[in-house]
Amino acid sequence: MRIEQHPILGEFEKGPQVQFTFDGKTMQGFEGEPIAIALRSSGVLIHRYTARKNEPRGMFCAIGRCTDCIMVVNGMPNIRTCVEPLKAGMVVQTQKGKGPAGSSE
Amino acid sequence: MLRYEMVCVGAGPAGLAAAVEAAKNGVQVVVYDENDRPGGQLFKQIHKFFGSKEHRAMERGFNIGSSFLNEARELGVEVSLNSVVLGIYENGALNVMIGDRIENIRGQKVLVATGASENMIPFPGWTLPGVIGAGAAQTMANIHGIRPGSSILMVGSGNVGVIVSYQMLQAGCRVAAVIDAAPKIGGYAVHAAKIARFGVPFFMSHTIKAAHGKDRVEGATIIEVDENWNPIAGTDKQVDVDTICIAVGLNPMTQLLRMAGCKTVYVPVLGGRVPAHDLDQETSIKGIYVAGDVSGIEEASTAIIEGRIAGLAIAHSLGYLDEQSFIGQRNEQLKSMVGLRSGSHGESRGKAKAYLNATMKR
Repeated sequence: MRIEQHPILGEFEKGPQVQFTFDGKTMQGFEGEPIAIALRSSGVLIHRYTARKNEPRGMFCAIGRCTDCIMVVNGMPNIRTCVEPLKAGMVVQTQKGKGPAGSSE
Repeated sequence: MLRYEMVCVGAGPAGLAAAVEAAKNGVQVVVYDENDRPGGQLFKQIHKFFGSKEHRAMERGFNIGSSFLNEARELGVEVSLNSVVLGIYENGALNVMIGDRIENIRGQKVLVATGASENMIPFPGWTLPGVIGAGAAQTMANIHGIRPGSSILMVGSGNVGVIVSYQMLQAGCRVAAVIDAAPKIGGYAVHAAKIARFGVPFFMSHTIKAAHGKDRVEGATIIEVDENWNPIAGTDKQVDVDTICIAVGLNPMTQLLRMAGCKTVYVPVLGGRVPAHDLDQETSIKGIYVAGDVSGIEEASTAIIEGRIAGLAIAHSLGYLDEQSFIGQRNEQLKSMVGLRSGSHGESRGKAKAYLNATMKR
């Protein structure tokens, strides 16, 4: 999924490669890129399931506007993963409905 | 409370152009932007711009973005990122959420350059992962360096549709088809021709009927429409795609302006409800100015000129620029706008803008 060599932009500047977990599985991404980008580059498209109908949702606007891509990150629900920068060791989970209650940082 | 002579909301082409022009004349400026990088959508524009040299034609958007940022930095413009302007109140009072704290700010003059958001059309399956905005595709490929998918259906043949289709080819994706319910391609011919040369089929008078797939897009059905845009039974076609991009126009993000009480006018050519403003880009609320897509959907080049005019007008109204030099410089900018607001696409927008300006005089 990653573009190795772009005809106009060449290579993309990325931070160091880091590990994080997605639903318990160890994954790789680049520090500082949005969490959603790291996930999509590994083929993950489903970010959450809706509260009432349990339907899958994924990244839609990619600029933090639509909130379709929200997930539970480090125990905190409703994180817009298309704009939240990836950090080493992050614990990223598919969000079910409104996510875990009463969680805060 | 922090006080500024000029507060700019949005660090896209319009906001940065205004900030630079005002700061050049001595105005103390802060620019707020909700994103973690400035430039708005400029850095996603990897194609060359049209117009003449003064419009930075033949330059690619991201280069224009970088030079604006350097200029702003050199002039001492404060650019505050991750800063969401939550509200505009009376007398230039604003509150801004910076990180997780909220600050109260007062700006003698406020420029709102918040841009636009993408329109969407609903259809069965449109919430499936894999259905994305065309802007999202552009963000993924041109900013973050990933392909949104391997095979793409582009819904909409306006400029965004045809330009992003070409950018998807550049990113290494297959573009299965570009469809549009309108009978004619909406975007500039030069961009449409570029993707046609790659063999991308255009299905005009076609709309999307459904996206298929259990938990992600696995295909789409498109259908022909008649002259009243009603689907014609039996014209269904299956398209083998894993990604559907929606490029059906933009909508000005006028929330802050409406909150502030600015008069708005419905002008379909400009993308919907837009703020009435005069030739100086000032709205019906004194001291609140607009520039760029929020004041009517056009292009980055026109946004830059509107931004410059707003910056000059603000410098003038704060006493940094005398009447004569202001009028001279503003008219120069207006003159360079003429070319951009003519021709097949520009003329109707130019007329709409003139209408919008005229609504201020009533």
